Amino acid sequence: MKNQQRTLKPYIPALVLIVVDLIVMAVFPHLAPKLLTNTAGNFIEMLSILPPVFILLGLLDIWVPKETVMRFLGPDAGMRGPILSILLGAAAAGPLYGAFPVAEVMHKKGASYFNIMIFIGAWSTLKIPMFLFETKALGTAFSLTRWLANIGVIFTIATIMNRVLPMEERYVRTQGGK
Amino acid sequence: MFTLLLYFLALGWLIYSWFKDRGKTKQALKKGVKSFLAIFPSFATVLLVIGLMFTFISPDFISRLIGNSSGFLGMLVTSVLGAVTLIPGFVAFPLAASLIELGAGVMQVAVFISTLMTVGIVTAPLEIKYFGRKAVIWRNGLNYVFAFIVAFIIGKVVQG
Repeated sequence: MKNQQRTLKPYIPALVLIVVDLIVMAVFPHLAPKLLTNTAGNFIEMLSILPPVFILLGLLDIWVPKETVMRFLGPDAGMRGPILSILLGAAAAGPLYGAFPVAEVMHKKGASYFNIMIFIGAWSTLKIPMFLFETKALGTAFSLTRWLANIGVIFTIATIMNRVLPMEERYVRTQGGK
Repeated sequence: MFTLLLYFLALGWLIYSWFKDRGKTKQALKKGVKSFLAIFPSFATVLLVIGLMFTFISPDFISRLIGNSSGFLGMLVTSVLGAVTLIPGFVAFPLAASLIELGAGVMQVAVFISTLMTVGIVTAPLEIKYFGRKAVIWRNGLNYVFAFIVAFIIGKVVQG
């Protein structure tokens, strides 16, 4: 019983939201189809992207030695650290929340906080698939200016965060314990 | 398309790993499943909030609200909308294009796109689980401010 309580507890906010959903659907029946498609769409998107990501992260965790990651992304990696972080982030697809578990493994394997912040920045705004789509919708002048300006912004933000955050705040927490 | 590549990569590596060392492969899978299950409730919460929000705040509603917003006040409105909402790019870019057609300024649309991508109020609780409150406030706050600067630059380049 106690064990069951512990496994259910993290789901309380989600369960509350499901109840809210039900109430909304009861009060505004015309919104029900929209609410259901929206929510289902969100879950389908997440459940299609996350399983391979977590399998890859598990494999990475086991097979790639810490020394390798440190050499390429660690504090002493020099310029190749940020460059590699930008390439990694820009090659990604999917919403920003997909980058968080990746950052967790990067941190665990000894990537520097600066490089992790560069990676998060690149994932949020430099994604190549998104860039192509943006160019089609808004034109090259718009998308290219935004892309280039954001490289500067990403470096500036990573630098600032590295300065203002005390050492003990520059971490990525491991989810679910060790 | 990209998702397919991801599956291809994950399965390929998994098979290779299985032939090299079964014990290690099981360990890797166990780790993957464990960290997925640890974060799944938070993911579920965020996705439910987004699903609920978008029932009321549709792209249509956003375009009516932004309409032909102009000036700095217009940028404030669009920046807040971008920070609060979470719309996938393939919806956001056509929406942005139609907003410009409707008469919204380039800078107002640019600040919306930037905050949409880099600032996430709804996902903040999830982000805090990984990075801690302080880092999340700094990352989102800085990105919010820089969204305006980037928007000014884009406005100058696009409109001359």
